[in-house]
Amino acid sequence: MTGTPVLRMESVRKTFGDSVVLRDVDLEVAPHTVTALIGASGSGKSTLLRCANLLEEIDDGAIWLDDEEITDPRADHDAVRRRIGVVFQAYNLFPHMTVLENITLAPRRVHGVGRAEAEAHARELLDRLGLGAKAGEYPDRLSGGQQQRAAIVRALAVRPRLLLLDEITAALDPELVGEVLSVVRDLKDEGMTMVLATHEMGFAREVADQVCFLDGGVVLERGTAEELFGSPRQERTQRFLRRIVEAGRL
Amino acid sequence: MTVTKEESQEEPGEEPGADSGEGDMPEAYVPSQRRIERERHKRARARRATAIAALSTLVTGVVLYLVVVNAPGWSRTKETFFNGQYAREAFPKVLEGLWLNVRLLLICGAAVLVLGMLIAIARTLRGPVFFPVRALAAAYTDFFRGLPLIINLMIVVLGVPALRLQGVTVDPVLLGGTALTLTYSAYVAEVFRAGIESIHPSQRAAARSLGLTNRQALRYVVLPQAVRRQVPPLLNDLVSLQKDTGLVSIGGAVDAVRAADIIVGRSLNYTPYIVAGLVFVALTIPMTRFTDWITARMDRQRAQGGTI
Repeated sequence: MTGTPVLRMESVRKTFGDSVVLRDVDLEVAPHTVTALIGASGSGKSTLLRCANLLEEIDDGAIWLDDEEITDPRADHDAVRRRIGVVFQAYNLFPHMTVLENITLAPRRVHGVGRAEAEAHARELLDRLGLGAKAGEYPDRLSGGQQQRAAIVRALAVRPRLLLLDEITAALDPELVGEVLSVVRDLKDEGMTMVLATHEMGFAREVADQVCFLDGGVVLERGTAEELFGSPRQERTQRFLRRIVEAGRL
Repeated sequence: MTVTKEESQEEPGEEPGADSGEGDMPEAYVPSQRRIERERHKRARARRATAIAALSTLVTGVVLYLVVVNAPGWSRTKETFFNGQYAREAFPKVLEGLWLNVRLLLICGAAVLVLGMLIAIARTLRGPVFFPVRALAAAYTDFFRGLPLIINLMIVVLGVPALRLQGVTVDPVLLGGTALTLTYSAYVAEVFRAGIESIHPSQRAAARSLGLTNRQALRYVVLPQAVRRQVPPLLNDLVSLQKDTGLVSIGGAVDAVRAADIIVGRSLNYTPYIVAGLVFVALTIPMTRFTDWITARMDRQRAQGGTI
């Protein structure tokens, strides 16, 4: 891994009331790499992503985006979020807007791009993700897979430096998972830097340059996909992966 | 009312049969004997329900009529409340007065929507700077929602002129409209606030994650959805406002109620009140039906699995 990391976390701690959700989390994400966060539900994967995007305020530690400390209270949080795209598990498309309006909202209102230019870019992205015909539809007329791809386009439309994907296939029927994952695969080939929380172990093994296993808010083990899936060192990791294999998901 | 509902419930039972019959045409679908039998039974049941409803309505009507007509004071009541001659005299005057009610509704309605929205937004503002704004807005809604409209009207319409302030209007219409706006803005602000709070936090999170500021998230994502969701209760409040414009007559403004009042005072016959009342009902019905229609339409959309 070369170059300054796009995202760097150091000793991040996050609590909700009495429960410690993240404990001393360190993370480095190099440019044009994919980092997969795996672990049981409640292990802190989603919270880690929400902290990186400043949707949650961390209690201790620091987070850098391209060498700028974004957890500095004086940092412009809106400006930071403009550089990070997020795709949520539940899509979170805006139901009162068409797909095209969903996608062009941020480019037009936040980045000041003209309507024609924003729409042209949006249509180009939609075409690439096979949604060209759906530009004028409202989200509730789309299947789950189409909604999630539209949400990915919405995140990409602002040309983010970093893309955070929060269990983006968890709410999808098995036959729709493939279409969304192939989009992520294409993004990796184009060099997009991504951090994804996922339960799709086969997929994580295939696309991730770095895999982190979270357990109880701690990064228990990290390494390349081969290292982590092939020869996990920690007993906890081994047990987790064995359960996954037994469930037929790896 | 229940009668018509029962009938309309029967109808959809027949429709799907007709619909899917058409849709399945290309497959040369032949309805089974079981289905034909089932639909015949449904039709028979619908016919029976209609017949029972008609009969029951007729009986109820006749009984009500007999009870009223045989009441000991009916002839006197009829003369005092349902006098054709006074009705004809009052009707044009009442209609003339009604124009004032309509104008009040339009102007107060617009003012109420704007003011209500501002108060609702004020209550959702974050940050320590806005504490006084939030507190004022909360105090406003608490006070004016609790204060009976009639007392508010008397204070504003009768109290403000008594101050004899230079440059402040004593026009009962303007003052009455102000009082209506004050009270109804408090109601409508609460409707808007409930709407804003009903939008799931994930929508705001999605907006913020795109880099939208708090204000932009409110304007482009939260408010449009909140307003859409609150259309039925808003229309409900507007129907109520339409009716309450009649109360400005306490200050002496000649609206429909006051026009009736004038004739009653002269003739000591109450028929003009009945006329004014019916005119208000006639004005309110279209609005109520419109509200029902909008509500039903939105329910249908939701039933179709929309996330609205």
